[in-house]
Amino acid sequence: MANIISDETMEYVGILAKLELSPEEKEAAKKDMGRMLDYIDKLNELDTSGAEPMSHVFPVTNVFREDVVTNGDDREQILKNAPEQKDGAFKVPKTVE
Amino acid sequence: MSKQYETVIGLEVHVELATKTKIFCGCSTAFGGAPNTHTCPVCTGMPGSLPVLNKQVVEYALAVGLATNCSINQYCKFDRKNYFYPDNPQNYQISQLYLPICHDGWVEIETAGGKKKIGIHEIHMEEDAGKLVHDEWEDCSLVDYNRSGVPLIEIVSEPDMRSADEVIAYLEKLRLIIQYLGASDCKLQEGSMRADVNLSVREVGAPAFGTRTEMKNLNSFKAIARAIEGERARQIELLEDGKNVIQETRRWDDNKEASHAMRSKEDAQDYRYFPDPDLVPVMISDEWIARVKASQPELRTEKLERYQKEFGLPQYDAEILTGSKHLADIFEQTTAVCGKPKEVSNWLMTDAMRLLKEQEQEPEDMHFSPEHLAKLVELVDKNVINRTVARTVFEEIFRHDVEPEAYVEEKGLKVVKDEGALKTKIEEIIAANPQSVADFKAGKEKAMGFLVGQTMRAMKGKADPAVVNTLVRELLSR
Repeated sequence: MANIISDETMEYVGILAKLELSPEEKEAAKKDMGRMLDYIDKLNELDTSGAEPMSHVFPVTNVFREDVVTNGDDREQILKNAPEQKDGAFKVPKTVE
Repeated sequence: MSKQYETVIGLEVHVELATKTKIFCGCSTAFGGAPNTHTCPVCTGMPGSLPVLNKQVVEYALAVGLATNCSINQYCKFDRKNYFYPDNPQNYQISQLYLPICHDGWVEIETAGGKKKIGIHEIHMEEDAGKLVHDEWEDCSLVDYNRSGVPLIEIVSEPDMRSADEVIAYLEKLRLIIQYLGASDCKLQEGSMRADVNLSVREVGAPAFGTRTEMKNLNSFKAIARAIEGERARQIELLEDGKNVIQETRRWDDNKEASHAMRSKEDAQDYRYFPDPDLVPVMISDEWIARVKASQPELRTEKLERYQKEFGLPQYDAEILTGSKHLADIFEQTTAVCGKPKEVSNWLMTDAMRLLKEQEQEPEDMHFSPEHLAKLVELVDKNVINRTVARTVFEEIFRHDVEPEAYVEEKGLKVVKDEGALKTKIEEIIAANPQSVADFKAGKEKAMGFLVGQTMRAMKGKADPAVVNTLVRELLSR
């Protein structure tokens, strides 16, 4: 494996993704990420100078909707997805700016 | 202070677009609904839901880009900006990083220092976040996703501004362009236009920019001006003390006239942008651009010129009237009904402006019908009511949108045209004021003014002052 993921990188990626990993999981994830980067390196061996960057897998563009209200008040249904609710709102742990 | 410093400012301006529905779903964008009554699986980020782009958002973004001299990325697409915060239920905001719809434009501003072009780096489309409210009773926050998914454009300027005056002139310019296009109402207080200020200072003549900070929570032009002055002073003080400015986001507290850091450097943001696979790219054809260009409404500069030419208004009046799209609309609609542009302009320029100032309101807060103002102009023109009475009627129209003809009838405010009745009243007044009569006969013109005033008062202001003048003089000279 050419790419070695450091403990610091693993820690940082964990913070960004809000993941708490056990030491064993961390080791496994480091190996997985190293292999992924190896694979990308392999792709980099190809000469892509003439190829247009692909931004979507389907050759489809311009899928639009018209600016017309189609949804009504569905709060009761939507709030069923809330872990907790209060006064018609999603209740979450206190956030501080 | 021996060193001379220059302030360098760039702006990120977010504007809520005036669409009926959200950017990626058919939920209403109406302001002020009960919490979460304008939500669906898409704008609450439920797994498996699929966003579909609102075409009107592209139309508005294009219109703003073209009106600000931007080049258009005819192939543009959406990216995901990843961050965790409860106002954002998907854990990413759909935005545009790699191929924003508009880029490299400019607008021209005018300040006391003259005319200047401010560069626009790019304009991109994105979705707004939900609103968080701290619960007063429990240690928790409540989230309302009605605003989640409301379409925004973010207009990123080049760091071309050097003073608070230039920043405000630039914002005014953007606001007028966008309002005239009908793309947004651009109200700072209500948050439909929001400006973040990026500011750094450097010694005059220094080739490189200094370290910048980003200031948020600025919701009036005055707050923006104060925040710029405050941040400039803070940064200069740091440099004078031999310290460094730290690149950070700061929150302005307009009551304390001070700012504090919002996010520390250690918590550096890493948004890990990547193309959104749920949304296909947007192709903007030459025809589409041509159509948006052709349907561009009259903008402020053209209107300003037309008001002077077509209506013969002085430049100053035309500037004030066109200084708000809403005010210009009221002026044009009223003039279309009564055909008296100068009269309409006078009512708006003097009485309407005075009342707005008294109530600390903006022209956008006026909601009376143009037909009612047109009727008032007609009543004055036909001498049905005199100007003094007309001003009180205008206040009633301004505040309660009363129908002036019915109001005048109901309150008995018509000019008294019965000369006989008027003469009787004047004779009474002359009889009751022998001293004034004597003064007048002794050559004191002032005494006549007193008698005219007394008559007007006795008639409760409903007489025609010119007629009263003539009659008083006539009766005194008998």
